[in-house]
Amino acid sequence: MTTHTLRSKRRRSALRNAAFMSPWLIGFSVFFAYPMVSTVYFSFTSYDGFGAPVFNGLTNWTYVFQDYPMFWPSLWNTLWLVVVMVTCRVVFGLGIGLLITKIKTGTGVFRTLFYLPYLAPPVAATLAFVFLLNPGTGPVNAILGDLGLPTPGWFNDATWSKPALTMLAVWGIGDLMVIFMASLLDVPTEQYEAAELDGASAWQKFRFVTLPNIAPIVLFAVVTGVIQAMQYYTQPLVAGKVASGIIGGSGQSFEPGYPDKSTLTLPQLVYNLGFQRFDYGAACVVALILFALAMAFTALLMRGRNNLIQAGD
Amino acid sequence: MTQLLDKPAAASPAKAPHTPAARTARRKALLHWIAVHSLGIAAALFFVLPFVFVVLTSLMNDQQALTRDLTPNTWEWGNYERVFNTPGFLTWWRNTLLYAGLGTVLTVVSSIPVAYALAKFRFRGRKLSLMLVISMMMLPPQVVIIPMYLFWAKQMDLSGTLWPLIIPMAFGDAFSIFLLRQFLLTIPNEYLDAAKVDGCGEFRTLMKVVLPMAKPGIAAIALFQFFAAWNDYFGPQIYASENPAAWTLSYGLESFKGAHHTDWNLTMAATVLVMAPVIAVFFFAQKAFVEGVTLTGVKG
Repeated sequence: MTTHTLRSKRRRSALRNAAFMSPWLIGFSVFFAYPMVSTVYFSFTSYDGFGAPVFNGLTNWTYVFQDYPMFWPSLWNTLWLVVVMVTCRVVFGLGIGLLITKIKTGTGVFRTLFYLPYLAPPVAATLAFVFLLNPGTGPVNAILGDLGLPTPGWFNDATWSKPALTMLAVWGIGDLMVIFMASLLDVPTEQYEAAELDGASAWQKFRFVTLPNIAPIVLFAVVTGVIQAMQYYTQPLVAGKVASGIIGGSGQSFEPGYPDKSTLTLPQLVYNLGFQRFDYGAACVVALILFALAMAFTALLMRGRNNLIQAGD
Repeated sequence: MTQLLDKPAAASPAKAPHTPAARTARRKALLHWIAVHSLGIAAALFFVLPFVFVVLTSLMNDQQALTRDLTPNTWEWGNYERVFNTPGFLTWWRNTLLYAGLGTVLTVVSSIPVAYALAKFRFRGRKLSLMLVISMMMLPPQVVIIPMYLFWAKQMDLSGTLWPLIIPMAFGDAFSIFLLRQFLLTIPNEYLDAAKVDGCGEFRTLMKVVLPMAKPGIAAIALFQFFAAWNDYFGPQIYASENPAAWTLSYGLESFKGAHHTDWNLTMAATVLVMAPVIAVFFFAQKAFVEGVTLTGVKG
């Protein structure tokens, strides 16, 4: 009798779990598992959306690695963004976070002003920066020129386009500022008082009290920054399009990467191969590379010594 | 901003003793205050000036917008009217509100039960499900876009509309599930147990006990989802680019620049009109928003 009720109870709770989980179970199967399997399959076929996919072995893979002219530049750009943009964002984010914890007057006003750019929609923010930095009449070059400083071509010059994107990314630092601010306020004040009694300088306090306490947050910011850099899509694509002046009605005529492939990133290759060249097989190859990179860094987030994302409880 | 002019508390001489040591300490505190706030003002200029230049340019007349001038000679408020009267602009607004509004409602409704199960139920595969949710959260949309596009365009015949972007939101969004689950973890189990003792089933416990306590978390995911849809460029580009009647503001804004090639004043006015609602929403919901940012899985 007891085993029977126990079993029916267990069955009922299994049903309950399935009911609560059902939206996601369907979503996961239809919008993730199924397309993932298809992506792997398409990557070994020749397919342009018409007719049936034809198996062609590793042809797409060798094409992407050897003959597709955009692949290696986009990897190089991603590496550049990881090294420079992520570093700049973490350093400035931490700096602004520190600054806001030190500001005693008008803290709320400062915090809001620092945070606002993060809210600007990416397309709007990019358009604003292409205007601000346009070499001809943009306010930044107008001011630099008046001061007798060099006036770079920014989004129209292959050496300056990534630094310009970095400025745009640093402008929208609000998310990191909030995270760093919260973690800085969590550092126990006794530790600072103890350090002060020992006669520690401001730098020493930062180095030996603040940094060790916030190290997990810094790591979190770096890893999520790397993931964001690999997924960087809207800003470089829109900046390239708008700066080049080539915007077709449906946007199909512009090959991403302007100027001179300097703003290419991996997600743009999926768009270029799949929706401009209609080479679905090769597009799926790039998609899988993007997938492997994203998962590798996500694993780092979940498995790191500090268990940055609380997967357990 | 008037607060900036207030006297710093640390430098207030009211009760401080007049010994030389105290005077040096006070002077040091004052210098520190000045240094910190000067840096703050410099940083504030970096964050605010781009907005200022964009707004100033949006108010210039057509001729002046072609020059290097920083401030308008005549203030052309009519530029905003011209943007609103551009064919399509109001349609983009409507589409964006549909995508962001309906999408947000669907996401919230479908993500709540999943987040609740992942936070409060014990079952086999819970940990695996959670890891898959986190993985999906980190997944760039481009990874599965080829099969997804073929599915929506060829099988469902929905290309040229925003439905391929809205329908999936009825099946939970990984980021919303994760964020809400983190929030629900902070609700003590005792409340749920008490409800069950009172004879509530899981569904009623969720509706009557958990949801009222989870309001800040729900507000946060609703805001994030609304902003994500408002800001989305890739989705409308893939599914709606062929049909201007289905464009959203974020997608249409770029083509606005294409159509008004050199009219930086009109383009900047349109840019302001795309930014303004988001910033307005932020001011109304500031607290929920900042709470949400700190909730995104950072261990305190």
